[in-house]
Amino acid sequence: MARMKFICDAERCIECNGCVTACKAEHDVPWGVNRRRVVTLNDGVPGEKSISVACMHCSDAPCMAVCPVDCFYRTDEGVVLHDKDVCIGCGYCSYACPFGAPQFPTNGAFGLRGKMDKCTFCAGGPEANGSDAEYEKYGRNRLSEGKLPACAEMCATKALLGGDGDVVADIFRNRVLLRGKGSEVWGWGTAYGKPTQGTKS
Amino acid sequence: MIMRSTIALAMMAVCAAGCGETAQTAGTAKKDDAKAWAGSQSSNVAEGWKQGDKDSWEAQMRLRVQAQNEYSRSAAAAPPPKTP
Repeated sequence: MARMKFICDAERCIECNGCVTACKAEHDVPWGVNRRRVVTLNDGVPGEKSISVACMHCSDAPCMAVCPVDCFYRTDEGVVLHDKDVCIGCGYCSYACPFGAPQFPTNGAFGLRGKMDKCTFCAGGPEANGSDAEYEKYGRNRLSEGKLPACAEMCATKALLGGDGDVVADIFRNRVLLRGKGSEVWGWGTAYGKPTQGTKS
Repeated sequence: MIMRSTIALAMMAVCAAGCGETAQTAGTAKKDDAKAWAGSQSSNVAEGWKQGDKDSWEAQMRLRVQAQNEYSRSAAAAPPPKTP
């Protein structure tokens, strides 16, 4: 059985936020909740790096370990999901998660914290696959429709890869081997050619 | 007499007040989730695989993930063949 994983290629991500938009539109995610975000390091500095971050569906998920009501479960494909009918919105999972994946919708003027919401790898929740109840709580269940997560499938530069961990790792490895790494990937040499190219003979 | 019956009615109302309370048991057990390969009620199911067939779903996933690999999508982008 496949283990579903995301990989984001920092050399390709152009911080377009297409993945964020795709996720919000696909799942009708409420205002203030971002299941996926693009984080940029050294923003504005040549060589800046962006990476798209959401729930990484950890093999040993700390959110599962700390949940006091045990609302999390893992599917056969390794996707970490939770049951919103059991969640009490305590927020322990958000403190435990190193990626900031758990989100809490605020309802009303006084910032009342609702039940936790996070990336589902487009796998919905415990309600019937593709049902209205599932969509209302967790968004679309694309895996049961024979599709992969919308963020990865819609990524314009294919920086974000999602699917069977072994396969996406192979795709990424092949890509890195072909393009090389280091200064030839980004910078003057890539844009204008190497110093030996284009010189007058 | 009226006073006594009023007090009796009030006492009965107080005693029965607890009967209307809903149970407040802590949480419910997690529900079992259907398998992804079992299919969906949605009308947007991708073509090319059979709902309820695990092998078919896994084949669909393998096919779908390769759509993210431009080296397999475009002949022009494919790496040159290795020479022995």
